[in-house]
Amino acid sequence: MLKQCEGSHAIAESVALCRPEVICAYPITPQTHIVEGLGEMVKAGDLKHCEFINVESEFAALSVAIGASAAGARTYTATASQGLLFMAEAVYNAAGLGLPIVMTIGNRAIGAPINIWNDHTDSMSMRDAGWIQLYAETNQEAADLHIQAFRLAEELSMPVMVCVDGFILTHAYERLDIPTQEQVDAYLPPFEPRQVLDPGEPVSIGAMVGPEAFMEVRYLAHHKQMRALELIPQLSAEFRQVFGRDSGGLMRTYRAEDAKTIVVALGSVNGTIKDVIDELRDEGYAIGAATILSFRPFPSEELHELLSHAKRLVVIEKSLAVGIGGIVSHNLRMALSGISLHAYTVVAGLGGRPITKASLRSLFERALRDELEPLTFLDLNQPAIDRELAREKERRRSGPSAENILRDLASGGPR
Amino acid sequence: MYQVRIHGRGGQGVVSAAEMLSVAAFLEDKHAQAFPSFGSERMGAPVMAFCRIDSKEIRLREPVMSPDALIIQDPTLLHQVDLFSGVTTEGLILINSTRTFGALGIGEFVEGFHPDLLCTVPATELALKHVGRPLPNAALLGGFAAVCDQVKLESVIAAIREKFSGKVAEGNVAAAREAFDIVMKEREEASHA
Amino acid sequence: METQQIKFYQTGTFTVGNRLLDEQQRSVQANMQRTNSLNSGHRACQGCGEALGARYAIDAAMRAANNQIVACNATGCLEVFSTPYPETSWQIPWIHSLFGNAAAVATGVMAAMKVKGRKDVRVIAQGGDGGTTDIGFGCLSGMFERNDDVLYLCYDNEAYMNTGVQRSSATPPAARTATTMAIGAAPGNAFGQGKNVPLIAMAHGIPYVATASVAYLRDLEEKVSHAMTVRGARYIHILVPCPLGWGAQPHDTIKLARLAVETGLFPLFEAEHGEVVRTTPIRHRVPVEEYLKPQKRFAHLFGKTPAVDTIARIQEMANRNIRKYGLLEKND
Repeated sequence: MLKQCEGSHAIAESVALCRPEVICAYPITPQTHIVEGLGEMVKAGDLKHCEFINVESEFAALSVAIGASAAGARTYTATASQGLLFMAEAVYNAAGLGLPIVMTIGNRAIGAPINIWNDHTDSMSMRDAGWIQLYAETNQEAADLHIQAFRLAEELSMPVMVCVDGFILTHAYERLDIPTQEQVDAYLPPFEPRQVLDPGEPVSIGAMVGPEAFMEVRYLAHHKQMRALELIPQLSAEFRQVFGRDSGGLMRTYRAEDAKTIVVALGSVNGTIKDVIDELRDEGYAIGAATILSFRPFPSEELHELLSHAKRLVVIEKSLAVGIGGIVSHNLRMALSGISLHAYTVVAGLGGRPITKASLRSLFERALRDELEPLTFLDLNQPAIDRELAREKERRRSGPSAENILRDLASGGPR
Repeated sequence: MYQVRIHGRGGQGVVSAAEMLSVAAFLEDKHAQAFPSFGSERMGAPVMAFCRIDSKEIRLREPVMSPDALIIQDPTLLHQVDLFSGVTTEGLILINSTRTFGALGIGEFVEGFHPDLLCTVPATELALKHVGRPLPNAALLGGFAAVCDQVKLESVIAAIREKFSGKVAEGNVAAAREAFDIVMKEREEASHA
Repeated sequence: METQQIKFYQTGTFTVGNRLLDEQQRSVQANMQRTNSLNSGHRACQGCGEALGARYAIDAAMRAANNQIVACNATGCLEVFSTPYPETSWQIPWIHSLFGNAAAVATGVMAAMKVKGRKDVRVIAQGGDGGTTDIGFGCLSGMFERNDDVLYLCYDNEAYMNTGVQRSSATPPAARTATTMAIGAAPGNAFGQGKNVPLIAMAHGIPYVATASVAYLRDLEEKVSHAMTVRGARYIHILVPCPLGWGAQPHDTIKLARLAVETGLFPLFEAEHGEVVRTTPIRHRVPVEEYLKPQKRFAHLFGKTPAVDTIARIQEMANRNIRKYGLLEKND
């Protein structure tokens, strides 16, 4: 049914349609509306056969999810940013134990400095923990991916993170199609665990594994994600059959067939990128885009094929690996083996800095002229940076740089 | 694509206004995108919300930089915040006020704009009268429907009824209707002037 | 006919107590049909108080719950010695997740069972003092606050034993550990405020809180069995001497567990909804020295120049407990 509603609300409704049995969450911006929505549904009796537990920390949230999932319940939670880090130990634990928990990440920057706005630092920090990571481009996709996520998680016995840009998607009202219960039931069968805590058939879950077998256990986790590379497109195709639209998959291209320059990005910024691509195409430039939907497993083969005929690659990323550069770019490097092209990394939108069409347009034009540095920080306020560097040079006790820059900008320093 | 930017202060329902506007457009089978711009959340702080309306899917994800329309819920922001960034002389401006543009001190600024796209409406007073609360958002949208052809009054009313219920909904609807009438009259007078 | 309740105390065998009691009152361990939930073959040290306590507690819980139990274990000695890869000595469904989340994992298991309509399946969370009073404290308090239907068993050996005897918030004052060495001006652990988790559990007002000692195994079984008749958050704090960490002889484990009680340093009591309802009186009071002397972790208090002041302070702690819980008053 078509609805005009907030992204968070659509996610809550989609999760509810998946018949979750245990939901536990700790509030953190910008995921709050999702769990509030689900909590309301449970309390009102609209979402039945579901235990909604208010926990005392994110670490507790994922731990409760671990217990519930191990006991055979379909389990869901959501977090972001600081919360994801606070549960980091449990994130690795859930993956290591092979529990099919589905978790929404309302992508948000990680402090210090504390920042509630969108970027991908949080989910990127957990990219190697063994969870599948899917990034939604639109709110429709965000809602749909949760349905696919439960299916994927349970078929592989592996937890899945659905990443949704905080505020930009979570708090945006959009036109969406919320599926029916029948459609979801046709797509997502009841949870049948591979391992379960059952007094009828006792097992010990979570034993120590020594040097004799640790490598094998870890290899199996990797192998599972390699299987996911096949399963994800299959589930997306099946989704299309049942629900009638394209959603999910490993990646999606836009006007990339004959493109010599390809722009790659994750998440909602792809919408703006597509608008710019259209403008440049109208002016005759052979430029196209690719949205990476599954970041883990990383679709190396698909990207390799896409980029094999390109001359130029521009990676727009909302994450920064301090000390080396882009995260997505470095993951892409592996896929570029054997391909020679100009590769440009653009770190943009950190901490919610808007990525504007105008900025992207000017950026792409520079890329097309090969006038970009290998690493660019989009829309950086260089004068403000220079002034802070000067302050640091002048005095040992130059003060917290964040405060200094804020004061600088507030006093209307020259831009 | 039509872009609206709404300015106000925290607690005045700016975000709800954008959402209701998007619902109104949706009810007319259009695509609409509404989202807030967050500063630190507190009552009284300047806030902005955005709404885009189009006949096809809206892919753009940036704050509204070049608004076709501005709705100003709180005129005390006029000389404190740069409300008019990106507005052209083709722009539509609707201000929640009993005073004229001139009296508000922006008469000079709007020289060259289309006079029938410059409207004020006493939305807070209407809200107090019909709902008993000084929340001007629904009334403003009623006024907006009178000056902007993107949404009809009936759609706005339906959107109000989706967001609110019972007496508050009907009060807001009444305020919206009266605001609509006031703005229609204002525009008529402006085009005859 | 007048009847008199008789309590049989440990004499080193179960002879007294079992034959003269009716079946339901006998130790679960005397029953051929006991579960052996923690089966033999685990790698605990000789004389391990925790292995002893866990075996009795879990089998008692199993009997009370008609063998429908799931156990959630924190990282620590119990978890490590009971699941030496590739073996497990658990004959019940058991999960080990992390160090600090046993209580939360148990909440999750309980929620799943509830949703699946398996009200008969009961959940136990268990961990050592480190995993309970320190790193697991937040999750424990959360579970208490929600009154989740979980029985939490804390096996308190008063330090982080599995990692090499480091100090925890349960380590008693003056005790030597690897991070509170018996050197310098104030050897051993500092005289801090301590962290009395049974009292903290009582402050949460949960339905049942008890302390127990592996010197009184029937008492432990009774407390666990009683706890299983209650729904809601329950907490049992069990003193389990660790020969290695305490620097004691393996054959002294039960003796030390008894002396801790009889000095008054470890009071035995039960509480419901924040109020003490039963205490076990001290039969034969002993001065704290008798308890401290056999433990090398307190050796620095003795010798040529005994730390008289320190010992006096420890004695005062015991005295305070005796006053507070009325441990020398006769029970009716």
